[in-house]
Amino acid sequence: MSSKIKRNVLKSMIIGVLAYMGTLGVPQTAQAEYADVVINNYADAAGMRPAVFPHWFHRIRFRCKVCHADLGFAFKAGGNKITMAKIIDGKFCGACHNGEISWSVENCAMCHSGVPGQPTHFHGSTVQRLIAPAYKPLQVKDTTK
Amino acid sequence: MNQKTKAISLTCAVMMAAFMWNTQSHAAEVGEKEMPLMLAEVSSVNTFNVNLKKPKSRNLPPAEDGIHDPENEATHSLQHPLDAYKGLPPSDFGNYVDWVKAIDEGKIRPRWDRADPNSEPFVMDLDIVRPVKASVPDVVFPHRQHTEWLLCSNCHPAVFVPQRLANQISMSAILLGQKCGLCHGKVSFPVETKTCRKCHSKPKPADWEPPLSEATLKNPWK
Repeated sequence: MSSKIKRNVLKSMIIGVLAYMGTLGVPQTAQAEYADVVINNYADAAGMRPAVFPHWFHRIRFRCKVCHADLGFAFKAGGNKITMAKIIDGKFCGACHNGEISWSVENCAMCHSGVPGQPTHFHGSTVQRLIAPAYKPLQVKDTTK
Repeated sequence: MNQKTKAISLTCAVMMAAFMWNTQSHAAEVGEKEMPLMLAEVSSVNTFNVNLKKPKSRNLPPAEDGIHDPENEATHSLQHPLDAYKGLPPSDFGNYVDWVKAIDEGKIRPRWDRADPNSEPFVMDLDIVRPVKASVPDVVFPHRQHTEWLLCSNCHPAVFVPQRLANQISMSAILLGQKCGLCHGKVSFPVETKTCRKCHSKPKPADWEPPLSEATLKNPWK
């Protein structure tokens, strides 16, 4: 067998394995609630489980406007680059999760309860249900410039 | 690729195929001539609706839903969605709760302000009719249901220009998460067959005929 064919075979095998591994990262069997958001911008890297945000729980208590207009949450999973530093300063989740309106941030594992290694995603979204789901990693733009 | 390598690769492919056949069906034991009529094993790609993965059950408790980690202790103290949905009007999609109806019937009273439970939304009752090129019914956009949840600035002017004929909306854009798809298909009711008529709700006029496509009009064999 010529080295070119060998190389091609090797290449296609590597691509196949990579493609398979790519599908492992995406939860295929999850049956979570519609609109549950997994946020894993920084959690895994910091040794925490990803945070899970249940829309259903919050919409019983608040209208969309409270978070998406008053608190500045973007209409995008993982779009706010939330860090614990922002939360303890009363921004984003910290506007309510401060021990006054809702339970306080020392209940780490209540939010950080996701299966480790999951990508940031919107569970049950139409884009995710499309036959060829496309996940785009968060585009981290340097806003300090 | 020269002739020789082509021949070699073809032979390799044939040999590999033969090897796979041998290991799978033991066809080598039966001679080619007296091979009995074999019913092909139905490939899994032929099963009905391969792309339609129906959830076996819905509204599972957090520990069983696949995205929460059951090894995390706090996961088990999170609320079960079905406990929260008790008494709420049901629907056939999304969370299987009709959230708009729930608010209309006063079953839930979500706050309009983070801290003030008595703050009330400014509800605007204005329907916008959008004619649709295709044969599906025209779209009626109700401001009322939207202003009960959202502030004008959530959509205007960034997502929808508040001006007639200024917004190009297509189902492809919506399916890709733009325009209406910013919320619908993610958190508000999903974009699926069961929900088409929630937006496409105004029947076409009685004398409406679907416009003929260019290819039909120009067809010389018509």
